Amino acid sequence: MSFINYASREVNCKIVYYGPGLCGKTTNLQFIYSKTRPELKGKMISLATETERTLFFDFLPLALGQIRGFKTRFHLYTVPGQVFYDASRKLILKGVDGIVFVADSQRERMEANAESLFNLRSNLQEQGTDLARLPYVIQYNKRDIEDPIPIADLVDALNPSNVPQFEACATRGDGVFDTLKAVARDILRNLDSQRDTLKASA
Amino acid sequence: MFDAPFVLFDEDQRTIEKILEQLVQEAHATSAFVIDKAGPLIAQSGSLVGIDTTGLASLTAGAIAATGGLAHLIGEDEFPTHTHQGIHRHVQMTLVGTRSILVVVFDDKSTLGLVKLRSRKAGARLATFFNDVHSRTGPTGNARGPFADLTDADLDHLFIETAPED
Repeated sequence: MSFINYASREVNCKIVYYGPGLCGKTTNLQFIYSKTRPELKGKMISLATETERTLFFDFLPLALGQIRGFKTRFHLYTVPGQVFYDASRKLILKGVDGIVFVADSQRERMEANAESLFNLRSNLQEQGTDLARLPYVIQYNKRDIEDPIPIADLVDALNPSNVPQFEACATRGDGVFDTLKAVARDILRNLDSQRDTLKASA
Repeated sequence: MFDAPFVLFDEDQRTIEKILEQLVQEAHATSAFVIDKAGPLIAQSGSLVGIDTTGLASLTAGAIAATGGLAHLIGEDEFPTHTHQGIHRHVQMTLVGTRSILVVVFDDKSTLGLVKLRSRKAGARLATFFNDVHSRTGPTGNARGPFADLTDADLDHLFIETAPED
């Protein structure tokens, strides 16, 4: 749920990076953090295990500039990708305004990608949200590895509805900001149509 | 179902801050915050030196979400209040309605009993106020966001200041 504050002229939105374990969600946030000017970012918080696997979430507050005199503040979250942390993923999805699904391009992770996407849809449905009606983009990460899954196969399996999609190598930063920019734009566009939908259904 | 955007105007902000100021004074607290359950900070009052308020808001929302999940496991809807006691500083969290959290940071100048009492009263006032705000900005309200009919040119302003450094 976005939060528009006229007193401070700010809009706050929540973006969740979703995907299977070790697909590069945290790496996306780390790259964004490392390349953003200090005055535009807050402290990055990582609730991780001793082996640096995400335990609950990573959090990065980011200011992306002004629109119509309003500062746009985006709160970026990752979910823990490991299958058994499903309860945590459900909690982090609450109040989400936009989703980035990070897919792993390694051949042996194809099934994990599909499972994670199924899990995303089902967790959103549980809270009464349809993924098709949320701002949503897909990132095909790790395109720099040897013999990655062909893009056409990833599209067939993960993007039948043809949402915006980006090839990326999060460790180098390729595609990271393009992905973020796309979902941020969709969220802001959606703010008003969201109100229209609500009025129509009232 | 969509969650409606939560819209606060100047007067709303002043009302919330006034309730928080009164709470800080009456509870002899260090600071008080109202946080949306999705993570953003709504309002704050008191001494905020050295506090990363954005991080505090996000972690509070995460903690409340996690303990809410725990509550469900044992057959409760929520745990409406939470207390974290440190050596010098302590935190009292109180759920406000369905969407917000009231957080009070206090030290040994106050007592847990006093903070709980004042938090409960301030929480009730905030809950009534937020009900009014949400009904105004909900499906049947007429409040209009500032982002109607955004153009590509509007959106191109995104990232201009944030452009990644090389």
